[in-house]
Amino acid sequence: MDIDWLRVADGGPRAARFFSGFFPPDFISRWDAIFAGLLESLWMTVAATALGVLISIPVAVGGARNVAPAPVYYFCRAIMAVSRTFHEVLIAIFFVKLFGFGPFAGLITLTFATLGFYAKLLAEDIEAIDPAQAEAIQATGAGWLQWLDYAIRPQVRPRAIGLAVYRLDINFRESAVIGIVGAGGIGATLNTAFDRYEFDTAAAILLVIILIVMAAEYVSGLIRQRVQ
Amino acid sequence: MADTHQTIPQWKLRTRKQDLVVWASWLAGVMAVILCLSLISEKTIWVFVLSAPQEAADLGSRMVPPDWPYILQLGRPLWDTLNIATIGTAAALLISVPVAFCAARNTTPSRAVVRPIALFIIAASRSINSLIWALLLVVIVGPGVFAGVLAIAFRSIGFCGKLLYEAIEEIDVEPVEAVQSTGASGAQVLTYGVVPQVMPAFAGISVFRWDINIRESTILGLVGAGGIGLQLNASINNLDWSRVAVILLVILATVIVSEWLSAKIRAALT
Repeated sequence: MDIDWLRVADGGPRAARFFSGFFPPDFISRWDAIFAGLLESLWMTVAATALGVLISIPVAVGGARNVAPAPVYYFCRAIMAVSRTFHEVLIAIFFVKLFGFGPFAGLITLTFATLGFYAKLLAEDIEAIDPAQAEAIQATGAGWLQWLDYAIRPQVRPRAIGLAVYRLDINFRESAVIGIVGAGGIGATLNTAFDRYEFDTAAAILLVIILIVMAAEYVSGLIRQRVQ
Repeated sequence: MADTHQTIPQWKLRTRKQDLVVWASWLAGVMAVILCLSLISEKTIWVFVLSAPQEAADLGSRMVPPDWPYILQLGRPLWDTLNIATIGTAAALLISVPVAFCAARNTTPSRAVVRPIALFIIAASRSINSLIWALLLVVIVGPGVFAGVLAIAFRSIGFCGKLLYEAIEEIDVEPVEAVQSTGASGAQVLTYGVVPQVMPAFAGISVFRWDINIRESTILGLVGAGGIGLQLNASINNLDWSRVAVILLVILATVIVSEWLSAKIRAALT
């Protein structure tokens, strides 16, 4: 690999200068922008998780081997694979090109990314259900939809809720990154701060992101423990 | 006599109060989502959104046919990307092992001091995305592969550390006690009592993270941290979409191969 070790050695003093630029973090002078960015990230996260989960559920049902016939199964699995292969940032680049800068592109990106993640894990959970209960419901002469509602849904419900909360947490984290390529949210604010060499503001934004992510992770851990 | 069947209480899943709570929380949730959507739509320039079909057609026409000869120039960047992911994962594993042992309740040298520090390292590393790490590291160590390796490593320490310390906390205490009862020292207890039990988890975690890191390292170039992302960024900035198409196909193939490989290895491990 090509590593310019002289440049790396130069990193010490550069890091010192860089980090002295970070301190003290400046929360005040751009607080309005930081706050607006955070709110935008939050809206994107909540809306994208809700939409993503809503779209994922039929795809997950179709992608479960024990529920869906083979053609439907392969079609749904293909949707999941496409959505999971590309990194959120690459997807964001495309949606920014299609829909223009701003939170709408971010919303679509996160929804798309949620689809692959949530549908795949939920489908795996549906495949792992207890078949005895499913057969018992079938034996009562229930229709297909009734069978889904009474045999499958109660068994996957705890995991479905846990996954949704987990994805909410991931989406917030990702919303901090996709802004760098123009998809709105706190990432856009962070990128602006870097481009203006306002490292003290960037430090403040990073600290805020870390705090929120830690808090979100803690809360989502609690919720997941409770439902599972 | 005719109204006996009306007095039989009908079985219900929930009481009326529970019904109301469920209904109210659905209402609150739906309203929150609608509120979020309306706030987003306020910030959206709908003219640009509505032109999406034309944009998509335009993009499609520029991406097809892909600039196939360009693939010959992608060997080196792809090799760099694989190196960033692999070396970054290896470095992260090296650091995450001691951190995990310090963070696990049953092996930490001190619960009051060392454990919180280790947990903080794990949480801090996990909350910053590798792209943001790369953004910082490019300024410090300069653009290039090294910044990418460090960015991947810093992000992975938390991930591997967390999964590993959870695996350590879940071990069976009996073998540990058996080794202890032979009069083994602390280090010997670790080597013979704990390490063999977490080895399979460790191997699984490293392959799993390597697979994720391949995906992550494809984008680090966007901020200058080496790999195929550099070419991608250059092509996007030049609006050279036929090259972008080739790069995306190469990334797609790489990710699919690495995911297949990782699934095979993990299946063989369990």
